[in-house]
Amino acid sequence: MSNDRRLSAPGSLQGGGEFDLSGLATAELPDTPLAELAAQHGLRPSAERPPVFQYMRHLWQRRHFIMAFATARNIAMYTEARLGQVWQVLTPLLNAGVYFLIFGLLLHINRGIPNYLGFLVTGVFVFNFTQRAFISTSTVITESLPLIRALRFPRAALPLAYVMIELQQMLLSMLVLAVIVLCTGEPITWYWLLVIPALLMQTIFNVGAGLAVARLGSNVNDFSQLLPFLMRTWLYVSGVLFNIATLDVGRKYIALLQINPAAIYISLIRNAMLETQRESEPGAMPYNKVKCDTWQHLKKPLDWSAYCHPVTNPAHYWIYGIAWAVLALVVGFYFFWRAEAKYGRG
Amino acid sequence: MAAADKPMVIADDLHIVYRVFGAGGDKGTAATALLRIMGRKTRGSIREVHAIRGVSFVAYRGDAVGVIGRNGSGKTTLLRAIAGLLPPEQGNVYTDGEAALLGVNAALLDDLTGERNVVLGCLAMGMSKAETKEKFPSIVDFSGVGDFIDLPMKAYSSGMGSRLRFAIAASKSQDILLVDEALATGDAEFRVKSHARIEELRGDAGTVFLVAHNLEEVEQTCNRVIWMERGQIVTQGENVIEIIDRYIAASGGTPVERDPVTGKRIHARVPAKT
Repeated sequence: MSNDRRLSAPGSLQGGGEFDLSGLATAELPDTPLAELAAQHGLRPSAERPPVFQYMRHLWQRRHFIMAFATARNIAMYTEARLGQVWQVLTPLLNAGVYFLIFGLLLHINRGIPNYLGFLVTGVFVFNFTQRAFISTSTVITESLPLIRALRFPRAALPLAYVMIELQQMLLSMLVLAVIVLCTGEPITWYWLLVIPALLMQTIFNVGAGLAVARLGSNVNDFSQLLPFLMRTWLYVSGVLFNIATLDVGRKYIALLQINPAAIYISLIRNAMLETQRESEPGAMPYNKVKCDTWQHLKKPLDWSAYCHPVTNPAHYWIYGIAWAVLALVVGFYFFWRAEAKYGRG
Repeated sequence: MAAADKPMVIADDLHIVYRVFGAGGDKGTAATALLRIMGRKTRGSIREVHAIRGVSFVAYRGDAVGVIGRNGSGKTTLLRAIAGLLPPEQGNVYTDGEAALLGVNAALLDDLTGERNVVLGCLAMGMSKAETKEKFPSIVDFSGVGDFIDLPMKAYSSGMGSRLRFAIAASKSQDILLVDEALATGDAEFRVKSHARIEELRGDAGTVFLVAHNLEEVEQTCNRVIWMERGQIVTQGENVIEIIDRYIAASGGTPVERDPVTGKRIHARVPAKT
């Protein structure tokens, strides 16, 4: 049976076809069906994906690899530049500089927000963390194909490492942000400590979403082309440049925009860093129709927005923040793990 | 093969289909024409290449299996499938333990130094930090790249790069080692070293697959050979020398002169001792 079996494929080289094999002994396959033989000797399919808990364990074993890979990538990213690692601090500084030039010096826009510069820079930095994590993880699989094809390791280590790179960058940005916020006249308060849990949740969200994005980017090449446009749309609807509550789209949509993950993490960190934000937040003061209406029509005095009703309760933002982080992690991890055996295909 | 032998790799009617994106560029070359013919039933710019078509074999513990065949016959694809990097379309490959693939094309991270690549490679294979530290000197030593170890890998010659990759992947005792022409780029000294390492790995109850165009390499290293053509097995067996002679005849090469008693090649020069 072995020979029939071997040549059973469509368009087979019947008896060797053009090759002269006369008188040549061919190794016979065993009589047992091969799948059965494999089972008898405890052989496993090579492209099998490990069960989810075993996969997590493998991933945990690779934690040193993840950190070493992130550090190495980070260093390699700046080796071509003469200033090297200094760019890690320069990039957020220049970013802030551009916004200061345009919004602080040229336009003098406040859009009904006290300390607009602090509001804007915080929003930009926080959104940037998620944006960079998404863009970099969307190409991680195709970029690391040689590594994937050379060595066997849980592939989730790669997007994880890329998010860690962005986290390192974000921590430096936060130092720059602290200095800027102080320069705009905000005080240092205990509220600043709330940045830590907020950043932690955002990182978890980025890991989960990054895993999903990594899988999408690995088999749909168009995805990484489309992503910058999706990210820009997300930026505009997440209240980075303006207060979502001032949009003229109806309360239902405002509520939806306010609880989107990017807006949640931005609001949490703004409220932690900026006293003006906490004090002017709708609902911060008892409702006062006259003062609220004045603010809505004139957009001043800037902090009278505090006398309006909030659309979504700011006290619930922490719950939304945790929910988004957990949801993204569970769904993203599962989604990525499902295709684990296929990433080497390219 | 005696029945008591332990199979390490079993391929059971294995089919592998590649999906190629962006194959629409009409350059009019033979390769694109072939893709066009083979991928007729696919949509858009995604083409399918049926690279392995129903391959079955069994490799046992301690085997060194040579895979020969012309370019594009599916040798490298077969190794990738054994390593679990390409999911089968139909049929399956079964392995006992993990398979490590060593190839000339398998670059690590080119813009990082050799040093970092060694550390990352070891950690990726699941070694602990301490183990990595312990293995580091022997890997660098084995690769023979010397002072180049603290330069980025893109500064390496192709020979140096593949030596370092071989050294990294061969540092861990693998159950199954798949070598894809990695030895072809090394110099004579490195070939001797890597032969010794392959023998060692075989001794550790492992199985080695070797893809090489250098048939002498296969003859010296392997006790079994698989001859592939167009994604199928033409013939396979332990009669390595006979199969290789047929292969040479089929591809129109000059027959090898052999000693009638031992079957060894007769060389004008003295061959390198292994």
